Amino acid sequence: MRRRDSILKNLDWPIVFLYIILVVMGWFNIFASVYDPETAFNIFDVSLSSGRQLLFIGGSVILIIVILLMDFRIYESFAPYLYALFILLLMAVLVFGAKINGARAWFDLGIFRLQPSEFTKLATALLLARYISNNNVKLTEFKHQLTAFFIIFLPVGFIMLQPDLGSSLVYFAFVLPLFREGLPAIYLIVAGSFALLGVLTLLLPITTIAIIVLIVGIIWIMATSRSVSNIVITSLLILLSVGFSYGFGYAFENLVPKYQKDRILVIFDSNSVDPLGAGYNLNQSKIAIGSGGFSGKGFLEGTQTKYGYVPEQSTDFIFSTLAEEHGWLGSSLVIALFVILMIRITIIAERQKFKFARFYGYSVAAIIFFHFTINIAMTIGLFPVVGIPLPFFSYGGSSLWSFTIMLFVLLKMDMHRTQVLSR
Amino acid sequence: MWDNRRYIIQGAFVLIGLVFLIKLFAIQVLDKDYRTKAERNIIQPIVQYPFRGLIYDRNKQLIVYNEPVYDLMVVPKDVAIADTTEFCELLGIEREVFLENMKTARTYSQVKPSVFLKKISHEEYGKIQDLLYKYSGFFVNPRTVRGYTSPVLANELGYTGEISRRQLDRDTTGYYRSGDNIGITGLEEQYERLLSGKRGVSYKQVNVRGIEKGSFKDGALDTVSVPGTNLITTIDLELQTYAEKLLKGKTGSIVAIDPSTGEVLVMATAPTYEPKMLSGREFGKNYGKIASDSAKLLFNRAHMATYPAGSVFKTVQALIALDEGVIKPNEQIYVDLSGIGDHAPAGYYDVARGIEKSSNNYFLEVMRRLVVQRKSPNYIADSRIGLALWADAVKKFGFGAPLGIDIPGEASGLIPDVDYYDKIYVNKNWGYSTVQSLSIGQGEILVTPLQVANLAAIIANRGYYIQPHLVKGFEKDGVVTLKQFEKKYTGKGSDYYPAIIEGMKRSAIGTYRAPIKDIVIASKTGTAENGAKDESLDHSVFMAFAPVDDPKIAIAVYIENAGWGGRAAATTASLVMEMYLKGYIEKDWRNREEFVLKGDFLDEEQKREIERKKQEKARKIALEQQ
Repeated sequence: MRRRDSILKNLDWPIVFLYIILVVMGWFNIFASVYDPETAFNIFDVSLSSGRQLLFIGGSVILIIVILLMDFRIYESFAPYLYALFILLLMAVLVFGAKINGARAWFDLGIFRLQPSEFTKLATALLLARYISNNNVKLTEFKHQLTAFFIIFLPVGFIMLQPDLGSSLVYFAFVLPLFREGLPAIYLIVAGSFALLGVLTLLLPITTIAIIVLIVGIIWIMATSRSVSNIVITSLLILLSVGFSYGFGYAFENLVPKYQKDRILVIFDSNSVDPLGAGYNLNQSKIAIGSGGFSGKGFLEGTQTKYGYVPEQSTDFIFSTLAEEHGWLGSSLVIALFVILMIRITIIAERQKFKFARFYGYSVAAIIFFHFTINIAMTIGLFPVVGIPLPFFSYGGSSLWSFTIMLFVLLKMDMHRTQVLSR
Repeated sequence: MWDNRRYIIQGAFVLIGLVFLIKLFAIQVLDKDYRTKAERNIIQPIVQYPFRGLIYDRNKQLIVYNEPVYDLMVVPKDVAIADTTEFCELLGIEREVFLENMKTARTYSQVKPSVFLKKISHEEYGKIQDLLYKYSGFFVNPRTVRGYTSPVLANELGYTGEISRRQLDRDTTGYYRSGDNIGITGLEEQYERLLSGKRGVSYKQVNVRGIEKGSFKDGALDTVSVPGTNLITTIDLELQTYAEKLLKGKTGSIVAIDPSTGEVLVMATAPTYEPKMLSGREFGKNYGKIASDSAKLLFNRAHMATYPAGSVFKTVQALIALDEGVIKPNEQIYVDLSGIGDHAPAGYYDVARGIEKSSNNYFLEVMRRLVVQRKSPNYIADSRIGLALWADAVKKFGFGAPLGIDIPGEASGLIPDVDYYDKIYVNKNWGYSTVQSLSIGQGEILVTPLQVANLAAIIANRGYYIQPHLVKGFEKDGVVTLKQFEKKYTGKGSDYYPAIIEGMKRSAIGTYRAPIKDIVIASKTGTAENGAKDESLDHSVFMAFAPVDDPKIAIAVYIENAGWGGRAAATTASLVMEMYLKGYIEKDWRNREEFVLKGDFLDEEQKREIERKKQEKARKIALEQQ
C-alpha cells in the first residue's frame, strides 16, 4: 500500500485531470454524433460507437494501470526492438491488412481493428529519444541529422504506401523536439519558406511569384551585405525558389489526382469545387460548425449532427459535433484545454533530468499538437481534408490507446525523474 | 543549451490556438450564412398546390375545372432499375429521355426528390400505378391541370402553363416560384390573382438520406393552401357552343351582349383551337403547333381584330346628328346621287329611310352638317371645330379606345380626330372634303366586333351602355359577390331613338335571312372593306338587337371575306338570337342553319366577280412580266 501511495503522489495530476476531461467530453460528443432521436439507444449501448468507445476507455484504464506498474526503464532499453517490431507490422499491414477507405492501414482482428501506424509514432519517438540522448550525438552535425531523419522517415515511407497521407504528415511533428534539442533553425525556415511558396503557387500566377521573390531577394541584399558571395548565393536562391514554384505548380497540375487537388483547392475557393463532390465533407463540416453560433444548439440538438449531414463525424470530424452543439464557447474551451495540456507536457518535459525523457516529452506534445492542428484546421477549412483523428476525442480504439500509452509513459517517466536512469 | 527554444514551441501552441479561436469566431459568430445553409440542409418544403378557381357560365354550368395529374418524382439514390427498357415502355418514354431526366435529377440532388416526369394524366397513371412499386426511388405527387366540360371558349378562357423565367423576373409580388402554374391568356390571365389561390407549404426536417424527421419548428412556419376564387361568367355556354358551331370553318367572330347588364353572352372567334389541347402533358407539343399556325389560332378576333366600320356606322352618324340637332327625326332631305357611289336610289329621305336603305349620299349630307356647322367663317377652321365635336361624340359610344372588357389584348380601334389629321397633313390644310368618307364608316375609322356589339346594345338601351364584361361575380366559400357597373350615357337626349330603331326594323325586314318568326328585330348590315387589294371579298358585317321593344340580346357578327353583310353575317346573327330567345331554331324555307353551316355564302354574281378579278390579276401579272 505504501508503494501505491507513492505512485499516486508523484503522478502529475493536472495532466491526468485534463486527460479525463478530454476523454469524457469526447465520449459525449461521439454519442451526440451517432445519436438518432427516433431510436432508443442510450450512450452505453455497444451497438453504437459511444458504447464501444466506453469499452475502449475501459481498456485505456487497464493500459494506464499496466504502464504505471511496469518498470520505467524498459522504454529506453527496448526502444530499438519496439521500433523494429512496428516497422515489421507496417510491412505486414501492406500485405495482410484490410483495405478501408482506400488505404491498407488496418489489421482486422475480428472484434476490433488495429492501426499499427498509430502506435509506430510511440516507437519512433522512443528510438529517436534514445538516439538523441547519446552524448556523442550532436544535432548540429549533418551526419547525425541524417540518422535522425532516417529514423523518422522510414515508417513514413511505409505509411505512404498504404497510402495514408494524414498519418504520414504527423511524423513531421518530430521536427519540434529535434529543434528543441538543437536542430538548426534553418531547417524550419527553409521548410516554412517552401510551404509558403507552395501555397502562393496555388494562389498566384508564376510571374507574380517571381516578382515577389525577386523583390524579397533585393531587399535581403540591401539589408545585409553587398558582397559578391552574398549576391551570388541570393541569386541562386531566387532561381531555386522560382524553379521550385514552377515545378510544384506543374506537379500539382499534372501529377496530383483530381480528388486530392480538389481537396486543396476548396480551401482557397469553396465555389471552385463541386459542393456535392470533393467539397462535400468540408462544406458540411463548416455548415455544422458555423451554424453553432456563439453558445451552440445544445447537447443532442445539433440538426446537422443528428441528421447525419457531416460524414465521418464521430471520428475525423468530431470537432464539428462539438462546435455545432456547444458553439464558439464550447469550441474555445476545448481548444484552451488542448493548449494547456500541450504546454503542461512541455513543462513536464523540461523538468526531466535526462535528455531521453525530455526529448520523449516534447515528442508527445508535438504529436498531439500536429493532430490537434491538422484535425481542427481541416474541419474549418484551413487545411486540406486528410483523415487524422483529434486526440482523446475521436472515436476509435487505436487512436485513444496510442495517445493514452504515449501520455502515460511520459507520466511514468516523470514519476521517476529523480531516479537514476541506467541501462 | 537551446533552453529558450521551449518558449518558441510553447508560443507556437498558443498561436495556433488563437488562430483557431479567431477563425471559429468568424464563422460561428460573425458569419450568419452558415445558419441559413444549415436550415436549407434540413428543411424540405412540401408544397401543397392550391385548387385553382373554377369557372362557371351564367347559369352555373361548369366550364373549367381541375383535373388530377401526377408528377412522377424520383430520388436518384434509391433508384435501382433492373430493366430500363421495360420501365421506359411502361411510362411511354424514349430511353434518351429517361437518361436525360435521371441526369437532371442527379444534378439537383442524390437524396432529395425532384420531378422526373411531369403531368401524367389520370388514365396513364391508372396504367402504371400497380407496377410502380417495382421501381424503388420513384413515387408520384398529385397536382391538377385544367379540365374543360366543352371544347369551346378557348381564346376567352385562356390557358395556364408553367411560369416562365421572364414572368418570374417581372413578378413583383414575390409569390411565384419556378414550376408554378400561371394563367397566360384570357380570363386565366386577367383573374390570375383570384384564381390561383394561395400555395400552402409545410416544412419538414429531413436527414441526410432525405428521410423525414418531423416538422420544422413544430410547424410554426407552415401554411395551408387556400383554394382560388371561382369565377361566374356571363357566358351562356349553350349559346356559345351553338355560335362556335356556326363559325366553324370560317374566319370571323360573334359577340352577343345582354344590353340591360352589359353581360357578354357569346364571344366566339374562328378559327380557334380546343382548350384541352393546351392543358396537361401535351402542352408543349400542341402549343408549338397552335402558336405557329398561319391561321392565327390564338388571335381572338372578337376584341383584338379591327375592321373599317362600314355601313353599321351610319347609325352612329344619325344618332350624333340627332343629338346635336343638325337633323330632325322627321326632316326630309332630298338626296341625289352626285356625292358618292350608292346602292340606294335618289329621292327624299328621313333618317329612318336613310338607315333602312343605307343611303350613302344621305349620310354624306348628315356628316357635312355635323362637320360644317358655320361656327367659323373660315372653311378650314370650321372643319376643325366640327370634326372635334364629331370625334368626341363618337368616342362616347365606346369607339376609339378599349371598352375595358375583362380579358387582355383588347384593341382600341381608331376614330380619327383633329390631332390625327394634323399629323397626316403637316400644314393642316385639311377640311370637310378630306374627311367626308368617314360619313359612311369608311376612311380611317377602325372598330372591333366587340365595339359594334356594344353599339347594338346602346341602341337597344336607347342611349346608354354598360361596360361589356365576361365575369359577373366571384364565388368564395359559397358566398357570391357580384360586380357593380354604371350606365354610361352616349348623348344628351334619347327621344330620337325610335326613328333610328324604325329604320333598323325596316332594314331587318328587308334582309332576306335576318327576320325571326314572331320576334321583331332591329338590325343594320355592313360591309367592311378588307383593305387587301386582291381578289378576296370584303368582310360581311351585321349588327342587331331583339326583341325591339324589350331587348334581351344585342349582337355583332363579322365573317371575313364573305361579301355582303346581308348574307353570311345576318344569317348567323339571326340564328344566334333566335336560339337565345326561343331555345330552338324554327325551320322554314330559308334553310338558314344549313346555309351557314355549309359556309357557301356567295351568290352567282359574287362568284363571277371573284373569277373576273382573278383573271384580271393574272393578266396584269402576265403583262408586267412581258
